[in-house]
Amino acid sequence: MGAQHGHLLHYHAHSPVHSLPAHLKVLALLAFVVVVVATPGEYYLAFAAYLALVGAAARFASVPWGYLLPRLVIEVPFLVFALLLPFIATGPRIELGPLTVSEPGLFAAWTLLAKGTLGVLAALLLAATTEPASVVGGLHRLRLPTAMVLILSFMVRYVEVVATEMRRMTVARRSRGFAERSVRSWPVLARTAGALFIRSYERGERVHLAMLSRGFDGELSLETEQEAGRAQMAQAASLPLTAAVVLVAALTWGPVFA
Amino acid sequence: MKPQVIDVRGLAYAYPDGRQALYGVDLAVQRAERVALLGPNGAGKTTLVLHLNGILTAGAGSVVISGLSVTRENLPEVRRRVGIVFQDPDDQLFMPTVRADVAFGPRNLGLRGEELDARVRNALSLVGMEGVADRAPHHLSFGQRRKVAVATVLAMEPDVLVLDEPSSNLDPASRRELAQIIRSLRLTTLMVTHDLPYAAELCERSVILSDGVVAADRDTRLLLADDELLAAHRLELPYGFAPPPSDERGQSSSAAHGDASDRRVRHRWSSG
Repeated sequence: MGAQHGHLLHYHAHSPVHSLPAHLKVLALLAFVVVVVATPGEYYLAFAAYLALVGAAARFASVPWGYLLPRLVIEVPFLVFALLLPFIATGPRIELGPLTVSEPGLFAAWTLLAKGTLGVLAALLLAATTEPASVVGGLHRLRLPTAMVLILSFMVRYVEVVATEMRRMTVARRSRGFAERSVRSWPVLARTAGALFIRSYERGERVHLAMLSRGFDGELSLETEQEAGRAQMAQAASLPLTAAVVLVAALTWGPVFA
Repeated sequence: MKPQVIDVRGLAYAYPDGRQALYGVDLAVQRAERVALLGPNGAGKTTLVLHLNGILTAGAGSVVISGLSVTRENLPEVRRRVGIVFQDPDDQLFMPTVRADVAFGPRNLGLRGEELDARVRNALSLVGMEGVADRAPHHLSFGQRRKVAVATVLAMEPDVLVLDEPSSNLDPASRRELAQIIRSLRLTTLMVTHDLPYAAELCERSVILSDGVVAADRDTRLLLADDELLAAHRLELPYGFAPPPSDERGQSSSAAHGDASDRRVRHRWSSG
C-alpha cells in the first residue's frame, strides 16, 4: 500500500541519544536554540563552535552528515529571504565582487543564515533520533495543553492517510486525461484541495464518533513516557550547557571571538 | 429464556434535518447469539447501530443493553458494554501505535498499569495481532488494521460486539481469518453487512432492516432461500452461491460445528 516508508526524518539506530526520553531532548533543543539566538552575530568563532557541537552530537547519535544535510532543504525559503537582504536593505554600501550591497543587509543575512541553519540542524537531529509519536509524548510530558497534544498526535497519525488520499485523487485526475501544466489547471487543483478538505473533515467526524464509542469524554490520558535518570538528564543537558559556556566565553573575551 | 443483551423496542428516529430514518424498530438479541443485520443502502442500519451505544438518542422507543437502558447518565457503562467496530479501520485507529490505540478504551474506563497492559495483551492475542503492538496503525495491511480495530473494542470486554461491514475490502484470506476470529470469540455479535454469504457463514439468525423498519427476522438460511423477500429489499446473493438448505443446519453450540458448517458453505459455493 506504499505505507512502508513513513519515516521521512527518523533515522533508525540504537544510540544513547536515541534512547534519551523525548521530553529531555525537546528541552535540550529549545535551550540550545535560545543560546544560539542570543549570540550576537559578530562572534563568528562561537558559531563555528556551535556547529562543531551539533556535529559531535550527531556523531554521538550515529546519525551521518549525509543524512542530515540533504534534509536542510527545508530551510530554502529562509535562505531566499536571507539572500535578498543585502540587496534590499538600506545603510552604507560595500563592494562585493561585481556587486554593491548593503553592509547591514549582508550582516543580517549572515546572522539569519547562521542561526537558522544551526536551529534547523539541531531540530533535524531531534527528529532523526526521536519517533514522531515520542516527540508528541514528550510535549505532553512538558505540559503542553491537551488540545494541542491531541492535534499534533492526529497530525502524526493522519498525515499519511490524507497524503495517500491526495495521491489517489491525482492518479484519478490524470487517468482522465488531466495535466497540471498551466494556470488554467488551477481551478481544478483548487477543487481537489476543497474535496480533500471536506473528506478530511468528515473523517474527523467519524474518528470522533469512534472515540466516543470507546468512552472518550474529552480527557485524554496518554501513556506516561519513560522516567528520566540523572545520567540521562546530564547527557541531554550537555549540548545546551556547552553552548552556553561558549556563549559566556565569547561575551567575556569578545575580541578573540569576533 | 436466555437473558437479552440487546433489547430495542419501537425505536424511531429522525435526523435534525427532519429526514426520518427509523420508524419503530424492534430487535432483541440474546446472549451468545450472532445476528446479521441486512438491508439495502440507506435502510437505517448505521443509524440503528449508533443508537445502541447512545451516540444518537432515540426520538421514540427504548434501547436496553443487558438490562441497562441507554440514557445520558448510563453512557459510560453502555459504551463499555457495546463494542462497535466501524467500517473504516482508519477511523477507528487514531493513536500513534497499536498498543496505545488498544489501550485507549480501557484507559477511558480508568484502567492503568499492569491491569491495562494485561487487557491490551489479551485483546491483541484474541485477534492474533500480538506481534504488531508497537507498530504504527498506518504501517499495517488493511486486514491487519481491521483485526486491530476489533481488538480495540475487545479490550473493553464488551457484552456485545457490533461489526459494521466487517468483510468489506478484505482479501479472501483476511476475510476467512476474520471469520475464524469472530467465531472463536463466542461473543454476542450483531453484524451489519451486505455480504450475504458471510452472514450465512457466521450468523444463525438474520434481520432485514428496510425503510426504517424490520422487514424480516428469521433463520439466516431460510431467509437467504427466500428470493422474493431478498429481491423486495434490494438484497442479492452473489453469482453461483446457493444457500445451504436449512435442514442441514446443526446448532452453533458445539465447538466443532463452526468449522464443519464453514466447509459446507465453501463447498456449496464452489460447486454452485
